[in-house]
Amino acid sequence: MTGRLIPREAGIHPPAFTPTYKTSVLRSPQRALISFDSSPSEETGPTFGHVKLGALDNDLLLNYARPGASAIGERIIVHGRLLDENGRPIPGALIEIWQANAGGRYRHKKDGYLAALDPDFGGCGRTITGEDGSYAFRTVKPGAYPWPNGPNEWRPAHIHFSIFGHSFGQRLISQMYFEGDPLIARCPIAQTIPDKAALDRLIAGLDMSETKPMDAIAYRFDIVLRGHRQTLFENRPEGM
Amino acid sequence: MAQRPEKLILTPSQTAGPYVHIGLAPEACGIEDAPVATLGREIAGPGAKGERITVTGRVVDGGDLPLRDCLIETWQADASGIYSGHAGADPEVGGFGRIAADFGTGEFSFETIKPGAVSLGADRAVPPHISFWIFARGINHGLHTRMYFPEDDLSGDPLLGRIEHRDRIATMVAEATGPGEYRFEIRLQGPGETVFFDI
Ligand SMILES: [Fe+3]
Repeated sequence: MTGRLIPREAGIHPPAFTPTYKTSVLRSPQRALISFDSSPSEETGPTFGHVKLGALDNDLLLNYARPGASAIGERIIVHGRLLDENGRPIPGALIEIWQANAGGRYRHKKDGYLAALDPDFGGCGRTITGEDGSYAFRTVKPGAYPWPNGPNEWRPAHIHFSIFGHSFGQRLISQMYFEGDPLIARCPIAQTIPDKAALDRLIAGLDMSETKPMDAIAYRFDIVLRGHRQTLFENRPEGM
Repeated sequence: MAQRPEKLILTPSQTAGPYVHIGLAPEACGIEDAPVATLGREIAGPGAKGERITVTGRVVDGGDLPLRDCLIETWQADASGIYSGHAGADPEVGGFGRIAADFGTGEFSFETIKPGAVSLGADRAVPPHISFWIFARGINHGLHTRMYFPEDDLSGDPLLGRIEHRDRIATMVAEATGPGEYRFEIRLQGPGETVFFDI
C-alpha cells in the first residue's frame, strides 16, 4: 500500500461533458462525482513485474514486421520519465501504447479509412519503467486521420498511452501529441482539456540530444501521475 | 505571491478512442498474431480460495444504448480481503481484470472469486466489492465505480455512508441471477445513473 492519494486538482482533466466532442454528450455522467479519502482499494493496484515482456515489445518498428522488414514511415524514438506529482520517479510501472500507422490507419477491424495498412506495422507496444521512471519506444510517426465528429475534422498525429502507477487510483489513459502540429488547436478531443498549461503536458517536444543521427528523431514525453500524501512526523510502519 | 509547495502539473486524461482494443485487447478486434498479449484475462487462477462467481452486464449510455466499444478494468481483493502483493495474499488471485464488451451486443462477462471484506483497521471494514474503471470513445476520463453484492450488509460501509442520496446506492449493487451469478448494469447518464467516484 502506498498511502493516501492526493486529491486530483480541479481543471486539469477534461470534464465529462464536452459537446464539441459529440460522443461525450451521451456518455457523460450528469451527477457530481462522489469524493472521499482513498482506501486500500484505490491505494493498491496491479503490478506487472511478472509479465514477461518480449524483446521487441517496445519496438513498433520491428514487433509486427516480417523478418528483415521494418515499418514504413518517419522513424522516431519516444521517451521520457514517469513521475508522480511530487516529482518522484515511478519505477516498475506498465506503459502501453497504440497508434495509427504513418498513413493514419489503425490495424483495427472498425477502421475503414482509405489510407493503406502497412503489412509490417501492428501499432501497439508496451514497456515497464526503469528504476528512475524512464521508458522508451521506437516507432513511426503516426499520420493524421479524419473522423466523423464534424464534416472536415482531422485528428492531430497522436500516440495513445495507457499508464499504471502503483495504485488503482493512479490509473490514466491519455494521448501524446507532437510539437508544432497545427491540428492540435483545431482538435475537439485535445481541446476538451480546459487548461492550456495542462494540454501542453501532452505535447512531446523534439529532443535532439536523444535523436540518433542517420536513424531516428527523438521526442520527449514525461508523464506525471497523482501522488500520495507525505506525512511530516511519519512514525507508523509501512502499509498501516 | 504566497508560498506554494512545488507540485508538477498532472498529465491530463484523454479519451481512449474507438481503437483502444488494438493496444489493450488485441484479440477482441481481430488481431490474431498480436505483437503483445492481452493482460488481465485471468483474475483468479483455478486454485484460488473462495466462491467462484461470474459477473455479466452492460454499460449503457444516456440514450439507453449499450456501449459496444468499451473496455472495463476491474481490481479486487482475494477471499480474505487482501490485495495481491500484500502479506498473506492468495498467490492465485492476481485481482486485475481487463474485459472488452462484445462488439455485437455490448455485453461483458468475467469470472472470478468473490472478494472478502477489506479491513480498514480498528474494527472497520469495507464490505466485499470489485472496483471498476470504464473507458471508451466519448469518455474523457476513465469512470470509477464499485460493484457490491446484494447478499451483504452494506450499512457499515464508511464510503457509502458519505452518499447523501441513499437511493443511488442501489446503482452499485449487483443483482443475483443464479448461484454464483451476478448481473451489473452500469448507467452512464440519466435515470438510475451509476454513482461514479473521484477518489
Ligand atoms: Fe487515435
